[in-house]
Amino acid sequence: MSKLKGGLSRRKVLKTAGAGLVTAGVAPSIFVRGAWAQEFCNNPTGDTVTLGFNMPLTGAYADEGADEQRAFELAVEHLNGGGDGGMLNTFSSKTATGNGILGKKVTYVTGDTATGSDAARDSARRMIERDGVIMLSGGSSSGVAIAVQGLCQERGVIFMAGLTHSNDTTGKDKKRYGFRHFFNAYQSGTALAPILGEQYGTQRRAYHLTSDYTWGWTQQESIKNATEALGWETVETVLTPVGAGDFSQYITPVLNSGADVLILNHYGFDMVNSLTQSVQFGLRDRQANGQDFQIVTPLVSDLMAQGAGDAMKGIYGTSNWDWQSPDEASQAFTKSFGAKFGQPPSQAAHTCYVQTLLYADAVERAGTFYPPEVIKALEGFEFDGMGNGQTLYRAEDHQCLKRVHAVQGRENPQSNFDRLETVAVVERDVADFDASLFGGELGPYDAAAC
Amino acid sequence: MFFMNRRDILVFAGFTILVLTMPIWLTPTGAAYPALMQTFAIYGIMVIGFNILFGLTGYLSFGHAAFLGVGSYTAVWSFKLLTMNAIPALLFAVLLSGVFAVVIGYVSLRRSGIYFSILTLAFAQMCYSLAYSVLTPITNGETSLQLTLQDPRVIDLAFTERGSGLPVPNLFGLPMTGLTGFYFCAVILVLAFFLAQRITNSPFGMTLKGIKSNQNRMDYTGFNTRPYTLAAFVISGMYAGLAGGLLAVTDPLAGAERMQWTASGEIVLMTILGGAGTLFGPVIGAWLVKYAENIFSAFNESVLHNFFSFLPDGMEEPFVWVAALFVGEGWHLTLGLLFMIVVIFLPGGIMEGVRRIGTLFRRRPDTSDGSAVSAKQQPAE
Repeated sequence: MSKLKGGLSRRKVLKTAGAGLVTAGVAPSIFVRGAWAQEFCNNPTGDTVTLGFNMPLTGAYADEGADEQRAFELAVEHLNGGGDGGMLNTFSSKTATGNGILGKKVTYVTGDTATGSDAARDSARRMIERDGVIMLSGGSSSGVAIAVQGLCQERGVIFMAGLTHSNDTTGKDKKRYGFRHFFNAYQSGTALAPILGEQYGTQRRAYHLTSDYTWGWTQQESIKNATEALGWETVETVLTPVGAGDFSQYITPVLNSGADVLILNHYGFDMVNSLTQSVQFGLRDRQANGQDFQIVTPLVSDLMAQGAGDAMKGIYGTSNWDWQSPDEASQAFTKSFGAKFGQPPSQAAHTCYVQTLLYADAVERAGTFYPPEVIKALEGFEFDGMGNGQTLYRAEDHQCLKRVHAVQGRENPQSNFDRLETVAVVERDVADFDASLFGGELGPYDAAAC
Repeated sequence: MFFMNRRDILVFAGFTILVLTMPIWLTPTGAAYPALMQTFAIYGIMVIGFNILFGLTGYLSFGHAAFLGVGSYTAVWSFKLLTMNAIPALLFAVLLSGVFAVVIGYVSLRRSGIYFSILTLAFAQMCYSLAYSVLTPITNGETSLQLTLQDPRVIDLAFTERGSGLPVPNLFGLPMTGLTGFYFCAVILVLAFFLAQRITNSPFGMTLKGIKSNQNRMDYTGFNTRPYTLAAFVISGMYAGLAGGLLAVTDPLAGAERMQWTASGEIVLMTILGGAGTLFGPVIGAWLVKYAENIFSAFNESVLHNFFSFLPDGMEEPFVWVAALFVGEGWHLTLGLLFMIVVIFLPGGIMEGVRRIGTLFRRRPDTSDGSAVSAKQQPAE
C-alpha cells in the first residue's frame, strides 16, 4: 500500500471520504424535511395564490401556446377583478368575487413546454417545486398533457388540461388530478361523419397522414372507425413525425394510392404545412375513382386556418368552440379578449380561459384549496354560460360533455380571423359517449406532501 | 497506480463539498429547487463521461445522447417490469448502454476525426428514429414511456400489495424525489468524478492522452490503439447510460427527444464551454447550460418589468423589449452569445479563464496541466 506524503493511506482516505459523504448526504435532508412538511403540496398560506401555466412557446404548436398565454393572462385579470369580467358574468355558478380565489390575489408563472414531454416535465417540476403552484394548466399536445398529468397525480397538484384532443387523456391515461374541458377525437368522429357522408357520399377511399403520437393515433382510429361505418374504405395510414416541416415525401405516394380522400390527422404548424403542400401538389384539382379528390382535417383551429390561408377553403373539420358563436358567453369572452389583444380568441385560448375559471370556481365552492375537495367539487359539476351550452364535468373520466362544432373553411372570408364557419353544432347528447369506452383508471384522491 | 497526490485530493474534496452544498450556494440564483439540482448532478455525470472520450482521446462523439436515451428507457422498463428500486434500474441502464456503446464504438472507431463524428451522429439519429417511430411498442414514441397502474412489477408485487396510486422510484424504501433524489444523484456524481479522476491519472489515461496528441505516432511504434479508444468510448457510453438511468429515477418518464441530435450537440457544447480535457470544466459547462435552459427560459415580460421597474417610465419599455429577446423562448440566443464569446476569447473554455486569472495572481505560468497545452496545439480536433 503506497503512503501519501501526509501519511494517509488510500484506505484511510476512502474511509473518511465515505463517512463524510454519508453524513453530508443525510444531514441536510433532515434539516430541510421539516420545512417542506405541510398539509398538502404548495398550500397557499400567504395572501396570494400561484397558478402555473405551461405552454408550447416554441415548437410545432407555438401559435396555440401564444394564444393560450393571452387567455391565461385575461383569466387571471378577470379573477382579480380587472377588465370587464368576461365569462364570469355569464357563468352559471356565481362564486366569483373579483377578489382572487378565496380572497387571495391570483399570481401566475409561465413555462415553455417546447411541444415536448421532457421539457414540459422539467418546467412543470420547476413551477411545482420552486414557484409553489397549486394548479397547473396549459399544454397543446396530448403527449405533453399526458406526461404532465402523470406528474401532477404524483405530486398532488391539480392539472386543468389545455388543448389536448387524444382519447387517451381522459381514457387510457386518465388521472384523478387531471381534468379536460376540450373535446376528444372520438367526438370529432361523431361530429364529422354525418357531414362527410352527406357531402362526399359513401363510396370513398381514404388515405390517412397521422402525427406519430398518442393524439394522432387515437384520432386516426376514431376517424377511421367513423368513416368506415359510413361505408368508406381505408386505403392506407401513414405516420409522420411531429414538426416534420416538409411533408412532400408523404404526399407524393397519395397520388398513386387509389385514394380519393386525404385525411390529415395533423395539428399546429404540421397541419399548416401538410395542408398547404397537399394543395400545392394539386390534390384538390385531381379526379380519382371518378370523383373529386377531397381533403379532410378532423381537428382544426382558427390559428391553423390563418396559417393555411386559401388552402383551407371548403375543407371540413371540427372545433371545440368558435368565436363567432352567437351565445352571450362566447360574445362576452370574444369582446374582452378582443379589447385587450386586438384579435379574436382561438379555441385553445377559450379552453384555457374556461379551465382557469372552472378551477377558481371549484375552489370557491369547496371552500378550500385542499386538492381532494377541489376534485370532488369538479367531478359531476353541471354548468352553463361558458360558450358550449349546458356542460357536465363527468366524474367517471374527468371529461367535459358539451356541444361540439363541425366547421368548414370559408370560401369568402371577410378577414383573416374569419376563415372558419360553423356548419353544424352537434348537441351534447349526440356527442356523448360511454365513459368506460377507453379504459384507464383515475387513481386515488390522496393529497401528497411535497 | 492507486496513488493520489495532494492536488488530486484537494480537487476531489473541493468538488465533493461544492456538489453537496449545492442547495445552499444555489439559493440566491433561484436554482435551488430539487428538480434542477437533480438535473445539474445528472448532466454533470453525463459530461464527465463524455470528457473521458473527448477530453482525453480527442474523439468528438456527436451521438452521446443515444446512450442517455437507452439508459432512460432501460430504467423505466426495469421499473415497469421488475421493481421500483433504483439500483437494478441503474445497473441495467449502465449495462445496456455499454452494449450499445460496444456496437456503435466498434464500427465508428474505424475512422477518426470528422468521419468518426459523423458516424456517431448517424448512429444516434438511427437510435432516435428507432425510438421515435419504429420501436413505438417499446418506447411509446413521441408520447414517451411512462409508468402505469397496471405495470407487472413482478419483484415488488411478490412482496407487497399493489397500491392505489403510482409508485415512486425508491432506494430500498427511500423515495427518490425532492432533495433525497438530489443527494442520491449528487453522491453518484461524486463517485463518477472520483472514477474519472482515477482514469485520467492512470496509465490507461496517459495512453488516451497519447492518442490525442498523436495517434499515428503511437500506431507506428507498434502500439495498438484501437482497444484503448474502444474502452474509452464504452466507458463514456456507460456514464451516459448511468445519467439516463438517473433521469428516469428522479422522474420516471423516458421521451425520445432526449436522444435527438440537438441533445447530443448540447453535451458537446457543455464540454467545450466549460473546458474540454479538464475534469472540472465540463461540469461547470453543464451547470451553466442547464441553468440557462431552466431559468432564463422561464422569464416572461412581467418578470422583466419587475426587474427594470427602477428605471424611469420612458426607459423601461425599450429595456424590457431588448431583454425579452434574450430570455423566455429566446434563451438559446443568450447561450449562443455566451458560447461565441467563450470560444473566441477563451478557446480552453471557462477553465482557461480560471487558469488565466490564477496565473495573474501567481505571476508564473501554470505548467502542471499538460492537457490544456495539447488542446491548444490541435485546434482541429
